[in-house]
Amino acid sequence: MNLEIVGVGGQGILLASKVLGGAALDKGLDVWMSEVHGMAQRGGVVVTTVKIGEKVYSPLIGHGDADVILGFEPVETYRAIKKASKDTWIVTNTAPIVPFTVSSGKQGYPKLDDIFESIQNVSDKFVMIDAKELAEQAGAAIAQNIVMLGALTATGALPLTKEDMQDSIRNNVPERFVEVNLRAFELGFKNARSQM
Amino acid sequence: MKALLDDKPGKQMMLLGNEAIVRGALEAGIGHGSTYPGTPSSEIGNTLENIAKDYGMYFEYSANEKVAMEVAAAAAASGVRSMAWMKHVGVNVAADALMTLMYCGVRAGMVIVAAGDPSVHSSQNEQDNRYYSVLGSIPMLEPTSPHEAKEMVKYAFDLSEELELPVMVRTTTRVNHARGIVTFGDIKEPAPKGHFEKDPGRFVAVPQNARKNHPRLLKQFGKAKPISQGSRFTEEFEVDDPELHVIGSGAGFNYIYELREIYGLPISILKLGMTNPFPEEKVGEFIKGADRLLVVEELEPFLEDKVLSLAKKYNPSLEVYGKHTGHFSRLFEYDPDVVRKAVSKLIDVPAGGEPLDADEYELPSRPPSLCPGCPHRATYYAVKKALGKTEAVFSSDIGCYTLGVQDPLNTADFLLCMGGSVGAAGGFSKNTDQQVFAFLGDSTFFHSGLPALVSGVYNQHDFVYVVMDNRTTAMTGHQPHPGTGRTGMGDPAPMLSIEDLARGAGVEFVETVNPYEIEKTIDVFKRAIEHPGISVVVTKYPCVLLEKKKLSNPPYHVDQGKCKKCYLCVNQLGCIALVKEGDDVDIDTTLCIGCSHCAQVCPFDAIEPGVEE
Ligand SMILES: Cc1ncc(C[n+]2csc(CCOP(=O)(O)OP(=O)(O)O)c2C)c(N)n1
Ligand code: SF4
Ligand code: SF4
Repeated sequence: MNLEIVGVGGQGILLASKVLGGAALDKGLDVWMSEVHGMAQRGGVVVTTVKIGEKVYSPLIGHGDADVILGFEPVETYRAIKKASKDTWIVTNTAPIVPFTVSSGKQGYPKLDDIFESIQNVSDKFVMIDAKELAEQAGAAIAQNIVMLGALTATGALPLTKEDMQDSIRNNVPERFVEVNLRAFELGFKNARSQM
Repeated sequence: MKALLDDKPGKQMMLLGNEAIVRGALEAGIGHGSTYPGTPSSEIGNTLENIAKDYGMYFEYSANEKVAMEVAAAAAASGVRSMAWMKHVGVNVAADALMTLMYCGVRAGMVIVAAGDPSVHSSQNEQDNRYYSVLGSIPMLEPTSPHEAKEMVKYAFDLSEELELPVMVRTTTRVNHARGIVTFGDIKEPAPKGHFEKDPGRFVAVPQNARKNHPRLLKQFGKAKPISQGSRFTEEFEVDDPELHVIGSGAGFNYIYELREIYGLPISILKLGMTNPFPEEKVGEFIKGADRLLVVEELEPFLEDKVLSLAKKYNPSLEVYGKHTGHFSRLFEYDPDVVRKAVSKLIDVPAGGEPLDADEYELPSRPPSLCPGCPHRATYYAVKKALGKTEAVFSSDIGCYTLGVQDPLNTADFLLCMGGSVGAAGGFSKNTDQQVFAFLGDSTFFHSGLPALVSGVYNQHDFVYVVMDNRTTAMTGHQPHPGTGRTGMGDPAPMLSIEDLARGAGVEFVETVNPYEIEKTIDVFKRAIEHPGISVVVTKYPCVLLEKKKLSNPPYHVDQGKCKKCYLCVNQLGCIALVKEGDDVDIDTTLCIGCSHCAQVCPFDAIEPGVEE
């Protein structure tokens, strides 16, 4: 199972990938991930790869070979689209984070509806999640990453059950945030299921 | 990361490559660790910050890589197992010590982790450090994964002791920053304090000793040859009737092995784990029966050149493919696509997933940038105001402040390496009539900015030397340094004063200013420009990521009634929380930390604290 998680520094992508990796390890599966540390973290693009299976051979994914693209930000989802084929689940957060190259007036941010329509035109496995809204409903805006994990789990593309993921949240998230994150997970899961 | 200390052989954990390296050192009974931070090696130190004390070893952040190498060398000469780690370019800084250390050798095991950065994710170049192993006759191991990194580091200590030579473990970003399952072995007690037995003939590198020690090095290195022939990190993956033979090492090996396994390709692979000394006979045997051979390694044709010369002896008709034939590039890291493309030119490879043919958009770029409220931004703004219309050369250095290279600040004109801002500023000041600035951070000052300052004072260079003192080594993850009053193990330390050091070096103009007070800062820079010779200005304010929890200022907002749409805040300060919405300027309250810089620079007092009513 090849998963590419993309977004922007500070969105909690590292924690999300740890929860996933932890669940796979507990299940006796092989896991290999690659992360971004250093310069790229200062508000730049963050690309994390998670590969899970009986045996995993490398930490990166080729073009067209992702099983899921989990995009925490619409433009970043689109930037990763070459990793997807028509069999790939594309799960995107709909809340944009406008880069300063746009806010300073130098570059443009494409219309969200255009991007989403372009994905719909080529993919039947497209799920849109308002993770910000759902995380706030769960009780903490920062739980957007776990909302996205809920939606990811709903696709059924993972070799992991909902319970596996919930256990891993309990194991990997600081105790006082477990409840709110489990709520966030559930909301993401339900919302994605309702679109399938 | 206390779990790294668990003495549970057989336990499996998801570890970052750098954490796995630490575990390997603990399983070898390390007594001393030293480093200067640098991507992608930094998390080795960050991890030890938390566990060195509990484990019972000594760990330090040295002022630079050369010092880190020297303290580790003395530890190993005293019988204490030691490790020094650094990024690839850090080895350049340490190389002077390292090349002669190889002549002297060590008594207890000494491991050098040299972390490369193909694709230049977070560096100033992507040099291939494997050539250092040849230059210095350094036995070298190249791991492919976090688990193997752990195993190799542990083994490298034993190998180093056997050969009485330091051993290099050469990693790359996709090993250091990969996370994978690591199986624990036994943990060992940390090495206790040693005793340095004097042996000047060996450890004092005067010419007559060096002439004896060089043959000694060659002899010891020669003993490594049979070891690399039979290295347990060399693996062969054979098939009957292979259509292609492959030799690979490091991260590059993973992609070819993956391709072979997924599609059951008729490829025989020889994976090399110990690549210096080069296992000639092993490779010779492998290539003997081959018709066509592809060499898979990132960056330079290090193995490929060796294979080409071996082929003359073992298999003159062998066709060798790689960088010289254009199947691979000497640039950037590999990935599954790069390797698939190269292999497809030689044998049939089933097609992978077909990428979606979606509409093309011009997507906005998202480069890293200075944080909202970063003190460096205010410093740069003040410098430009102080200069007015005077043209200046901005000699820059390495740290978060290098991001001043971007619009609208454009305060980096020349940059080579850490500490390099200062020497270059002197060169510009002597060879042009332009006004010159050197910008460097506090950690960089202690790393290599200080000797360059001394040189500049002595040679009467004339420029403004700006130390952007944000009280930390921010870019690499906020490590302490000699000016922070804290050691790597979390103990209190003397807080060295940059100002006193500059005065001690004979600088007459030394001033410290809080860059958050922009008018005052402009004034200091104006005087510094007027002052002949080197004037040192220390702009002192902590990195906002360090202070984030303490800084509870409300965000600012723009009073649209007062705003005259001059865009000075956007076009000259350029805080990333300032958002241009049509003609209006707004402030993104989720990003703004309420530093007040924009309010200070607005000529119409249109920016005010608090959220809009
Ligand atoms: C020789 C060398 N060692 C280490 C590094 C990695 N490195 C890049 S920036 C930096 C630290 C900069 O700290 P400082 O000068 O205080 O600036 P700040 O990031 O805090 O603004 C380091 C260690 C490097 N690029 N080159
Ligand atoms: S981490 Fe600190 S020094 Fe670096 S850009 Fe952010 S505020 Fe500035
Ligand atoms: S107060 Fe102004 S300069 Fe400071 S962070 Fe907010 S928007 Fe940026």
